[in-house]
Amino acid sequence: MATFLLRRLGLMVLTLFLLSLMVFLAGQILPGDPAHAILGNLAAPSAVQALDHQLGVDRPLLTRYLSWLGGLLHGNLGTSYEYQTAVEPFIRAALINSIKLAALAFVIVVPLGILGGVIAALRVGRGTDRAISVTGLSLSTVPEFVSGIVVIVVFGVELKWLPVTASAGAGASVWSQFRHLILPAIPLVLVLFGYIARMARAGTIDVLNSDYTRTAVLKGLPQRTVLRRHVLRNSLLPTITVIATQTGYLIGGLVVVETLFNYHGLGNLIYNAAVHKDEVMLEAGVLIIGIVYVVATLIADVLLTLLNPRLRIGGTE
Amino acid sequence: MSGAVPQPTEPVVPAPVDPVASLDRTGGYLGPTGAAAVAAAGRATPARWRLLLRRTTFWVGAGILLFWVVCAIFGYLFAPYSPLTQNLLLANIGPSSAHWFGTDPLGRDVLSRVITGARYILIITPLATILGTILGTALGLAMGYLGGAFDAVAGRLVEAVLALPFVIIAFMFVVALGPSVPVITVVIGLVFTPLIARTVRTAVLVERHMDYVPAARLLGENSSRVMFAEILPNVLPAILVEFTVRLGYAVFAVATLSFLGFGIQPPTPDWGADIAANYIGLPAGYWWQVLFPALAIASLVTGVILIADAIEQVLAS
Amino acid sequence: MSAESMASAPAAPAPADQALSVSHLDVTYRVRGQDRLALRDVSFQISRGESYGLVGESGSGKSTVALALVRYLPSNGRVSAGTISIDGLEPLSMGQGALRDLRARTVSMVYQEPGRALNPSIRVGRQIAEVFEIAGQSSGDAMASAEQMLRKVQISDPGRVMQRYPHQLSGGMAQRAVIAMALARSPTLLILDEPTTALDATVEAEVLDLVAALRQEFDTSVLFISHNLAVIAKMCDRVGVLYAGELLEQGPARAVFENPRHPYTVGLLRCIPRRGQRKDSDRLDTIPGFLPTPGHTLTGCIFAPRCALARDRCRQAEPPFFLVDEVRTSRCYFHEEAPDLPRATPAAVPELAHNGIGGAGLAGGADGAGLVAGTDGPLVVVEGLSKTFGGNVRALAGVDLSIQQGETLGLVGESGSGKTTLARVLLGLTAPDEGSVVTLDGKPLGPDARRRPREILRALQIVFQNPDSALNRRHTVRALISRPLSRLAGLSGSRLRDRLEELIASVRLEDRHLPLRPSQLSGGLKQRVAIARAFGARPEVVVCDEPTSALDVSVQAAILNLLADLQQTERATYLFISHDLGLVRYLSDRIVVLYLGRVMEVGPSETVFAGPHHPYTEALFSAVPSLDGQRPARIRLTGEIPSAADPPTGCVFHTRCPRKLTTGICESTEPPLHEDEPGHQIRCHIPLADLRELQRSQSVPFQGGS
Repeated sequence: MATFLLRRLGLMVLTLFLLSLMVFLAGQILPGDPAHAILGNLAAPSAVQALDHQLGVDRPLLTRYLSWLGGLLHGNLGTSYEYQTAVEPFIRAALINSIKLAALAFVIVVPLGILGGVIAALRVGRGTDRAISVTGLSLSTVPEFVSGIVVIVVFGVELKWLPVTASAGAGASVWSQFRHLILPAIPLVLVLFGYIARMARAGTIDVLNSDYTRTAVLKGLPQRTVLRRHVLRNSLLPTITVIATQTGYLIGGLVVVETLFNYHGLGNLIYNAAVHKDEVMLEAGVLIIGIVYVVATLIADVLLTLLNPRLRIGGTE
Repeated sequence: MSGAVPQPTEPVVPAPVDPVASLDRTGGYLGPTGAAAVAAAGRATPARWRLLLRRTTFWVGAGILLFWVVCAIFGYLFAPYSPLTQNLLLANIGPSSAHWFGTDPLGRDVLSRVITGARYILIITPLATILGTILGTALGLAMGYLGGAFDAVAGRLVEAVLALPFVIIAFMFVVALGPSVPVITVVIGLVFTPLIARTVRTAVLVERHMDYVPAARLLGENSSRVMFAEILPNVLPAILVEFTVRLGYAVFAVATLSFLGFGIQPPTPDWGADIAANYIGLPAGYWWQVLFPALAIASLVTGVILIADAIEQVLAS
Repeated sequence: MSAESMASAPAAPAPADQALSVSHLDVTYRVRGQDRLALRDVSFQISRGESYGLVGESGSGKSTVALALVRYLPSNGRVSAGTISIDGLEPLSMGQGALRDLRARTVSMVYQEPGRALNPSIRVGRQIAEVFEIAGQSSGDAMASAEQMLRKVQISDPGRVMQRYPHQLSGGMAQRAVIAMALARSPTLLILDEPTTALDATVEAEVLDLVAALRQEFDTSVLFISHNLAVIAKMCDRVGVLYAGELLEQGPARAVFENPRHPYTVGLLRCIPRRGQRKDSDRLDTIPGFLPTPGHTLTGCIFAPRCALARDRCRQAEPPFFLVDEVRTSRCYFHEEAPDLPRATPAAVPELAHNGIGGAGLAGGADGAGLVAGTDGPLVVVEGLSKTFGGNVRALAGVDLSIQQGETLGLVGESGSGKTTLARVLLGLTAPDEGSVVTLDGKPLGPDARRRPREILRALQIVFQNPDSALNRRHTVRALISRPLSRLAGLSGSRLRDRLEELIASVRLEDRHLPLRPSQLSGGLKQRVAIARAFGARPEVVVCDEPTSALDVSVQAAILNLLADLQQTERATYLFISHDLGLVRYLSDRIVVLYLGRVMEVGPSETVFAGPHHPYTEALFSAVPSLDGQRPARIRLTGEIPSAADPPTGCVFHTRCPRKLTTGICESTEPPLHEDEPGHQIRCHIPLADLRELQRSQSVPFQGGS
């Protein structure tokens, strides 16, 4: 297993490297000149040129990439063109905010999705299954801003049960923060529910049809024990991978939700950076997202290996 | 006697892991259990598309889709007002007999904008999905069949791309290249490519283990013939399902881009763009300007997904 | 018909006295809105301590019987009529709690794939202990009891096995564990559904012996379900023959198999090579026709459409059970005539003219490049063939063999023997290690089929084991058979069409099959398509890799006959790989026995079967159950087949060899091949004369028959 982990880590490093390259190149395609963006439209060309030189924008591509990469490895994410200060504190604050929202969404959707998927599998082909499957699939394709708006209109504006902004304000209590985050979490939950339920359903159906479930039932075990000890243990393994890949997806979804609810999270930060052509902020933000995703996938792979004896231990004796 | 329908055998589940043991496993008797034998034999299956036509989900989905297609093509002809005519005197009026869906802040009729807003979404969505499917299938076929170094490298690239939320990639490119219909189409198509490639690759890997692949090699067939003439026909069902599901996500993507301001530009009627422009009016209570376009998006997405689900159900049986 | 034979079934003893009593059982499946009868009017009893065999081919419904007994039919199945009584209890009318109790205490089931029957995420010991926990034992006691059970099934180190996960156990070991689980509570009835079909011959023999021994010890009744008549003959006291959901014949196993009294049973027994039958002497008989369509509405005897004895009476009314004697019944009006059932396929070997084109050594046929005309030597030569996977797994180690033109070389071996690897290397699907020599007609073959010239590809073809996998299910039969004709033989247009017609006639397919896809054909028909495809471009050598293992016995015979006929007309050379020794003996001229990638014995078919044998060959022959007469004491092999990654030193067989020499030479030195008679070689340190002497006194030569 150690060799597996090493290989996996190696692959992860390779992926991260490719990721950094892609992010950097993508940042380069944004039009416009940084110095121009900083100094504004009316600046004199000579001032623009001087600032560009100072920022190091006129160096060759490879040099800029390497210096950026070097900076990253030292923990320096660069200086924002727009704000003229280090990018790092913005990103840190935004990341924490996004994590809070994402965590809340996860805590709601993972048990819900698994429950839905397992129930659908137990009643496969019947009404309940079709309802859960189709509903899950539909909801997952409805854009977050659509469901977000419906939710705002119904619960926020009309019924006035919950606040419509996501930020509770500085120094708010945990409970208050939580209340504010519920509405924005709902669109995220709706989108993810479909994926997770689908995976759980497929895994459970496979297991229910397997020979070893038959053995367990024919041993005379009560249904609940069969379910708990034999079925669920095996059917939820693939779901772990899905959950990990959904972290990446989730962060993308956060862009829309944070914009809609005016929440200062990472998605919002990146969006604004792109609009304002703040290349440094943009690259740093996107890179962080990518890193989170890759690390999450690694954790999922490791978990999967630990939990699956066939992978953990290996072959026949 | 000679006309009797023959008896079936159960299809083989492929691929154990150990190369030597699996090759030398002594032949097992593959007689099916009663259910499989009884179920599989008998009258030839009615053509699959006929089965499709029998499903309610298909008709509901097709109905919704058809409705919006009609709106996209003929909307300008039968909408009660022109979607572009502004009348500031009639701004922000709620739903009334003259304006069933009310008016927006510029006095434009919301119903007309909803009807005609279908056009660009229904142009971009299928084109982008087709592009993504063609590229993704080619890539997935190559990765799955050729394997080896190509698969390893391409796999890392795919994973790196998937690490970035598609929303972000999409809007970065649109920011760089400008929000025109071709750009949006190509961007969404390219973003879908790795996702589809991943699904196709998995399906191809299953087929790889079947004996007809070495049988083809023994006939001297070259790689491209094996990929396209032998393996592709067998993975087509999976591709079809993936295509229809991606259609739903394409709607999702177009609408989201519009909402973020990187899609269809005003004053062209577009659901996402309209929502983006008008959702600030929500706290003031102007819900109709936002809810109806949102419901339009939701209904279109649901329609597509219902069709996708119907197809998947038919192919699975 | 005489008066005595007209009667109903013998008076059945009261159900409560029986371990199992099934009476007029009907099982129906609901498929696409329609009901289909899978079992019809099935009745049989099993007394306490008795072993009853249920024999049938695919579609017979034998597994459905097992599932119905434990009430585990799939959701679309139900028992539509009849009663079942196990140990006096009736599972069909029980509530959930009582049913659970029945399953825990009274009935147990063991089925085909042992590895899949165990939960992959839970250790083996725990799973067996679960059975005891249901009985109320504490988990500590349950684990101890589980360990004891493992000892009972002859697992020598039960503590270690308990700690293992199922994927770490070999097939035989896993099946023993499952049997331990099944017998843990001393059930009244043990149901075995093809328990050894997925296991190697020597392992199968061990498991069957174990079951027989345990049956005595636990005094359990056994319902043994299998398609393999020889296994049933070995294991069962009484037997029932199931066909298309109906029991056609019942009686003591020996009597039924030696003197069958139903045309179906007669036909079935004739499909199997018996008593050393060979292709040169006669052809196997077959059963014409196909199974009835499920959901059919046939009146009369269900076997009538395929029966050579059928008359009007048979088609009008379903025959009742007739008493053949006090303990045997047969569901046939003409059961007395059954032994004289006319053959469907003539026994005589047909005089088939060689078709004059093709076959190595004949240069330039009109539509096939023949190879260089006649070298007199062997057609295929393999020297020092080795294949190592992943650096340390030696699938083949220094194999030498040759195949003469026009002969069939039978390749025999169990898992890990390397027989499939050998075939793949020959075909160019796997590249051998450096230094291996593989030649065809004197010319070396490239290691990769993709780079071999077209004439070589044309010369070497294969028939795979499973036609579902080997035929692309999206192509039509026409496309499948035509492809080699255009690709390898360079035919087109009318010449291609003519050859196509010729081909399908030679494999006994018809024009109407051409537009169909494989999923619309039966197993036998699919395999014929595969054979037609292989022979299309007139190959020199055809590798047959278990070509009949996936087929029913009755279909298998037809395919074997076809292969034998084609060998005559096409002068083909076969490499015939099979685990079924009876088939190998029938079809092969020479035989090679492989063990762990090395040749253990090679020689003409009859010589190898007659003896002296390599100790491994001897054990293999003695392990295979036979329908013909009693077998002497079996040679039991100890231990499991070693891993190819870590082969034993010296003679690779020494770890299991019952005749291992005490001098230590077997552990240290690999024996060379010694020649007994010309062409017959044995790789053993024991001098051949001694071997012959030892084996003559202790065992009887293999009689043949599966």
